[in-house]
Amino acid sequence: MLEMLQYDFMVKALIVGLLVALCSALLGVSLVLKRFSMIGDGLSHVGFGALALGAALGLAPLSVAVPVIVIAALILLKISSNAKIKGDAAIALVSSSALAIGTIILSKTTGTTDVNSYMFGSIMAINDEDLILSVIYSVIVIALFIFFYNKIFAVTFDEGFSKATGVKVGAYNTIIATLTALTVAVGMRIMGALLISSLIIFPALTSMRVFKSFRAVTICSAVVSCISYITGITLTFYLDFPAGPSVVIVNLGVFIIFTLVGIITGKRK
Amino acid sequence: MSSFLIECKDLTIGYEGVPVVKDLSFSVGEGDYLCIVGENGSGKSTLMKTLLGLKHQTKGEIIFGGGLKQTQIGYLPQQTVAQKDFPATVREVVLSGFLGKKGLLPFYTKAEKEKCRHNMELMGITELAKKSYRDLSGGQQQRVLLARALCATEKLLLLDEPVSGLDPMVTAKMYEIIDSLNKNQGITVIMISHDLQGALKYGNKILHMESGEYFFGTTGDYRRTDIFHEMSTCQCNCDCDHHTGAIKTEGGDVNA
Repeated sequence: MLEMLQYDFMVKALIVGLLVALCSALLGVSLVLKRFSMIGDGLSHVGFGALALGAALGLAPLSVAVPVIVIAALILLKISSNAKIKGDAAIALVSSSALAIGTIILSKTTGTTDVNSYMFGSIMAINDEDLILSVIYSVIVIALFIFFYNKIFAVTFDEGFSKATGVKVGAYNTIIATLTALTVAVGMRIMGALLISSLIIFPALTSMRVFKSFRAVTICSAVVSCISYITGITLTFYLDFPAGPSVVIVNLGVFIIFTLVGIITGKRK
Repeated sequence: MSSFLIECKDLTIGYEGVPVVKDLSFSVGEGDYLCIVGENGSGKSTLMKTLLGLKHQTKGEIIFGGGLKQTQIGYLPQQTVAQKDFPATVREVVLSGFLGKKGLLPFYTKAEKEKCRHNMELMGITELAKKSYRDLSGGQQQRVLLARALCATEKLLLLDEPVSGLDPMVTAKMYEIIDSLNKNQGITVIMISHDLQGALKYGNKILHMESGEYFFGTTGDYRRTDIFHEMSTCQCNCDCDHHTGAIKTEGGDVNA
């Protein structure tokens, strides 16, 4: 563990990764329960396209990715809340298009070797500018999440009731979507476009196997997500696994353990 | 009407230009117990959504009286599927009733937590506070949602089929609770129901909705109308679930 911290790139990957793991776990609970899991997935593919574009234009990756992903999030949210268009089909359409555009841009400019790093993540990817931006965005996400925690619970649990009693449901859905977009943008360099959504979905599903209150599920998700991230990144360092996949594998392992615990404690009742 | 809480004048509500409710007028006074009955698709739920501000009327007006604001209405929605496996404790759900009036304030105050405790006591769910909402029975869940509605209002409750899907004993209990809120706490009740017997027994006013034809008046007047005779004979001959459930309720009530 200590040896790992002697490397500058590992320290950056740990700081940014832990913040992203925390943000995505917090938002994940609401997204999974609102049946919005796929939005995270769609956004990461849009992010892939945006990163490729940023690289081609020689701009800092996050400065292009953040606005593009936020706009995409708002569009996807709009589509999902409109019953006339099938939300899941729209997301699939948007993500494959963004993926195609991104890959073409990459192959024509920096070469396809970068595709691998963009898709599956890399711990070497974080430079100083990214680090600062990532920290700022993550702190914003966490602060807003805590500030709006009760409202996020209410609009997740029962939109109709919340709306009827005067909670600005539309505004809070927009906040959730925007925070998700920021998290995806910050996290996708380490986790990769294909795998960032697992960081959103896994911890929430894992915690829901065992815990029964919204608060306990939220806290447990945050803890599970951070521990899984540290374990995954340690595997990356010592066994030379790709970063994103090792974090996902650890998350899968924890999910299986929690599922078993849930079954055992459930039977005892 | 001396002190009405809600007055609807010539209300027309529709979806994409097709009116579901047409030129409907009625008013609800303080302390009233209005039951909205009528066949499926007659616009009962649509009307309720409009009263709650979830949907806009195409014509007519809704006037709130007695200092009531639209966001001060307590609402008991029909249960949706997504909620059934939701990780949330009873207390978390009940407390969320306050959020509408909190604006941007992020956390619950001491007074709100105390009121929440009081409302849970009123509903007899105090000992369930830390239980998971999804593990409760249908009747318990309804009482939790009713406690939440009470956190949102002190004046008016809108209940959308509060007893549908409940067994007869639980239905009777639920009716008792709603009745006591109306009589003892002075809360005005507007309830959509498929259970005509219950509506007649507890309500003091009836709004009957049937594709374009409406009756609005006291329960006594309603009993003398033709629509009522049609409805009641229909309900006795019919073996739909909620209808037989309703008739059994009467028996359950006697036993209890």
